[in-house]
Amino acid sequence: MNFVFDNDRPIYIQLVEQLEIYIISGKIQPGDKLPSVRDLALKTKVNPNTMQKALSELEDLKLIYTERTNGKYVTTDNKLLNKFKSKYAKEKTKKYINEMKELNFTKEEIIEFLKEEDK
Amino acid sequence: MMELLECIHIYKDYDKKQVLKDINLKIPRGKIIGLLGKNGMGKTTLIKLINDLLTPTSGEVLVNGKNVGIESKRIISYLPERTYLDKSMTVKQTLKYFTDFYDNFDIEKAKRLIKDLDLEIDTKISKMSKGMQEKLQLILVMSRNAELYILDEPLGGVDPATRDYILDTILNNFNEDASVIISTHLISDIERILDEVIFIDKGKIILSSNADKLREKENGSIDEIFRRMFKC
Repeated sequence: MNFVFDNDRPIYIQLVEQLEIYIISGKIQPGDKLPSVRDLALKTKVNPNTMQKALSELEDLKLIYTERTNGKYVTTDNKLLNKFKSKYAKEKTKKYINEMKELNFTKEEIIEFLKEEDK
Repeated sequence: MMELLECIHIYKDYDKKQVLKDINLKIPRGKIIGLLGKNGMGKTTLIKLINDLLTPTSGEVLVNGKNVGIESKRIISYLPERTYLDKSMTVKQTLKYFTDFYDNFDIEKAKRLIKDLDLEIDTKISKMSKGMQEKLQLILVMSRNAELYILDEPLGGVDPATRDYILDTILNNFNEDASVIISTHLISDIERILDEVIFIDKGKIILSSNADKLREKENGSIDEIFRRMFKC
């Protein structure tokens, strides 16, 4: 796990975002057990309290769950995972389209670029 | 439960100069706290008061609810700003010295950390680079099973690799029953690992907050907020 942080924004929010990407991209698989808070904090070089806060947030989002005494696991709810995936896809696409439109490209041209790049 | 550390209406004068003015602080367990301020604003004076190396002109310093003294010295592990090691000693002799001095010194842990640095135990301290001396001092301080670790400017004049080592060592050895106070003016280097920040200026506490809450509220890094506040 190689996390990069920007000191300008709350660290726990950045942790939530980056862990979300780990989860929805399948780098951590549904049903996988997460390392302990302490180990995660050491790996990402953040304060364990900050990591704890980020994990509570992910738990509120239902992306992870706690099995009593046994640790934290990634959700197996595929519907939920897909929901998060589309949310990300929409955000990224919107951002890209907006940037292209700023550069004065038309919708057709944007689609052409996408096809061309993906070859 | 008792606060780990409490400062109540502390004033400190040197002759006629007031260096600390009405300092009130409560430090709970399980936190990493940044004591942030420019040089000469009272950070080291406050730290020396907490370590019972100076006496306040008025006010009280309580550790676990009791006045500072022999008992608080046992549970506070302090890294002073300036080196305190006897440079004519070897690493091995220094370890023995710490074992004799502190009943909560975990020599096995210290040896392990020293080994990770590829540092020979028979090396004389005077023969070590400045960075290596800084690392060794931090290892010694963090190898005590203390309740409060106080590090005064641990990043002063070290290179980036040593800085990363110092931050990692603090994080690795931090546990939820203890707290760490780090005093520094090099905020951007250290802010990522802090739970709480305390800004001190001209002998007064100007601000005390959770680090992420402050970033959220003021829309910026702790370093930026500090600069904005003190225009440095």
